[in-house]
Amino acid sequence: MHDVLVIGGGNAALCAALTAREAGARVLLLEASPREWRGGNSQHTRNLRCMHDAPQDVLVDAYPEEEFWQDLLKVTGGNTDERLARLVIRASSTCRDWMRRHGVRFQPSLAGTLHLSRTNAFFMGGGKALVNAYYRSAENLGVDIRYDSPVDRLEIQDGRFVAACVGRERIEARACVLAAGGFESNREWLREAWGQNERGEWPADNFIIRGTRFNQGVLLKHMTAQGADIIGDPTQAHCVAIDARAPLYDGGIVTRVDAVSLGVMVNRDAVRFYDEGEDFWPKRYAIWGRLVALQPGQIGYCIIDSKAVGRFMPPVFPGVKAGTLPELARKLELDEATFMRTLNDYNAACRVGSFDHTVLDDCHTEGLTPPKTHWARPIDQAPFYGYALRPGVTFTYLGLKTDARARVHFGGEPSDNLFVAGEMMAGNVLGRGYTAGVGMSIGTAFGRIAGTQAARAALKEDAHAIA
Amino acid sequence: MQSLDALTRQAVALANGAAATAEVSRQMQICNACRYCETFCAVFPAMTRRLEFGAGDAHYLANLCHNCGACLHACQYAPPHEFAVNVPRAMAQVRQETYTEYAWPRAFGALYRRNGVTVALATAAGLALFLVLALAMRGTLLHEPLAGNFYAVFPHSLMAWMFGAAFGWAVLALAIGGVRFWRGQSPGPVTPAAAGEATRHALALTYLDGGHGDGCNESDDRFTLLRRRFHHLTFYGFMLCFASTCVATLYHYALGLPAPYALTSLPVVLGTVGGLGLLAGPAGLLWLNMRRHPLQGDPRQRPMDRAFIVLLFATSLTGLALLALRDTGVMALLLAVHLGTVMALFLTLPYGKFAHAVYRVAALLKWAIERRQPNRLQLGAD
Repeated sequence: MHDVLVIGGGNAALCAALTAREAGARVLLLEASPREWRGGNSQHTRNLRCMHDAPQDVLVDAYPEEEFWQDLLKVTGGNTDERLARLVIRASSTCRDWMRRHGVRFQPSLAGTLHLSRTNAFFMGGGKALVNAYYRSAENLGVDIRYDSPVDRLEIQDGRFVAACVGRERIEARACVLAAGGFESNREWLREAWGQNERGEWPADNFIIRGTRFNQGVLLKHMTAQGADIIGDPTQAHCVAIDARAPLYDGGIVTRVDAVSLGVMVNRDAVRFYDEGEDFWPKRYAIWGRLVALQPGQIGYCIIDSKAVGRFMPPVFPGVKAGTLPELARKLELDEATFMRTLNDYNAACRVGSFDHTVLDDCHTEGLTPPKTHWARPIDQAPFYGYALRPGVTFTYLGLKTDARARVHFGGEPSDNLFVAGEMMAGNVLGRGYTAGVGMSIGTAFGRIAGTQAARAALKEDAHAIA
Repeated sequence: MQSLDALTRQAVALANGAAATAEVSRQMQICNACRYCETFCAVFPAMTRRLEFGAGDAHYLANLCHNCGACLHACQYAPPHEFAVNVPRAMAQVRQETYTEYAWPRAFGALYRRNGVTVALATAAGLALFLVLALAMRGTLLHEPLAGNFYAVFPHSLMAWMFGAAFGWAVLALAIGGVRFWRGQSPGPVTPAAAGEATRHALALTYLDGGHGDGCNESDDRFTLLRRRFHHLTFYGFMLCFASTCVATLYHYALGLPAPYALTSLPVVLGTVGGLGLLAGPAGLLWLNMRRHPLQGDPRQRPMDRAFIVLLFATSLTGLALLALRDTGVMALLLAVHLGTVMALFLTLPYGKFAHAVYRVAALLKWAIERRQPNRLQLGAD
């Protein structure tokens, strides 16, 4: 029998497995996916947000605890547990050496990402390289790993973990870490959570999943039924606007279209619905998924002209191109008259000062609803481009309530051998909103806590058994 | 003339299926939107300076790629993902297209697709047999020990002419290929700083270090410095052998000191050390080549890779055997076999794997020039 069973195969699960093994426990990790898809959503990540009081290896300048906390407070609108959040923030400052010891390599700070190289440490090669490194390290340390092993239920007695079941197989262990992700890949559950809108539509039917197809939320549902304490709103998720042509799963980073702040966004009725120039795209793009989800047909169209080309990250799919705006409307199958009214109104309202897409500039609209507060320049230079965008869900926030020891709770009582980490508990810290790299910070901090605690719980029990 | 040249090249490219460059273009579009591999090697930062990837860009980036494999294992879009991104393979396919397209004489470009171990060894064996038979007919194949005096078997001037001509041909053919490649690119003027940097990267094989110093990937996602080290042994072994020949030539003409040279003499020491490197390096590279991850590189090019590796190994092996047995009665036989092998190596040099050196250095030089120029794109990175 193993001491610690880790359910899940992404960043948090691997951190838990590694720390438990380092603490001397015999560890078995169960990954639901086949080997080639291992790593859950972590394979699509790129960096983790790190506090630091002075320049540190790949991080420039300083990003003190208070600033990190304020950033988190801002994006969550206070929907966060301050104690757990500060735990994550502090852990983020000391985890990189541990990560390096397990083979993770970081990028030297790049000139082009100066803003993010202050707050975020980038994995060399991205999240899949990190996941590979952790799996290699786990294998070297003697962690047992099984792929194609989705756990569908747990045996729990009086709040204590007894065994996990993979189909008909029953796997016992002294302690268990749940790190099996959210439920965003479960289309039925998303449909149920988002319900039917006033137009009679089921919005979630038009969502695209940016990450893994394996996060079906089976254990989340099962734990709810078992009476575990749940936190979070099922409709809250990291949801961005992505190219409508993106694959249903695993489109990852390339499907983003970050031209929104350089042009205008219109909905299926060819009217604008939000201030595209509110703030920089990295700060605001996490809101556009929800904004598009609220539009008819859950679709939006980003319209730019050729002045914008070369000023935003190249999108993976080419835009729909047209020589004139009416032609673009026809190609996008938007009502031509409304589209032209929207664009003409916008163009007439632009007050162009000195355009600079690298700062919050003074180009704005006047007398327009909604306004465009920065980077407002008339869309008038052919050729014109349009990109259809849909809501793309990265991960969900509904999860298990936990504490500083990563324990699963039943009716307010903590379990003494069942722990939780990663996306399954991120909602404790991140009740809504998002800021780049914080998911990996939570996963790394709580993965390591859960692993340590699980090993301790298992080995203590072992010692009792021997005595 | 220039336009005819271009037309012919296009026709050849089409005949070879310009699909390879189109595939690089498709994959680079995906990579450019992702950029997670930015610090592995020079290919990705070079890519970020472009929004579109024409045939010229594909050839440039393909030859900048060292086939280290790190980007395949790190790729979230690698097969079985439907985007099926496999940069090392796509780049390898375009590299072969580069060699074929820019080959001189053009008709010989087809040799790149037929250059396998069998062809290489057959060439070597044929040439060796020719020399052996020539000696046998003159009755000088087996002989009393000649105390290592090769010129008693083949006159010095004959060898100098034969190998000078073969080597000269190889240099000319590769140089013309290199110039044709460079003409298709327009990187701007070569500065001493850029030339120095390109030379350093070529000599140190910087881009086989994985960007983090742990090396590149071979059979799995583990990093290893083995390929870099085996390549170093091969290259520097080759250069020592070359230096040995140069020193011997100098001894012969400038100092009036004809071979044979003592075991402790400079030419023999250089040749011996180089020869040992040229045994260990190619053996290691062949071993790695056979264990390579099935998705890495272009498996169809393995015969070409192996042919070159095996010829290098055979050249070194026959050379060292000749040195060891030069005082015996089989010297002439061994000399004939060694010279045949060396001749085969020289003749196939411009139509085999060796060509990668020319185009890779050119691509490194272009990158060294290009990265010193301001980037015209203003993507507002984050």
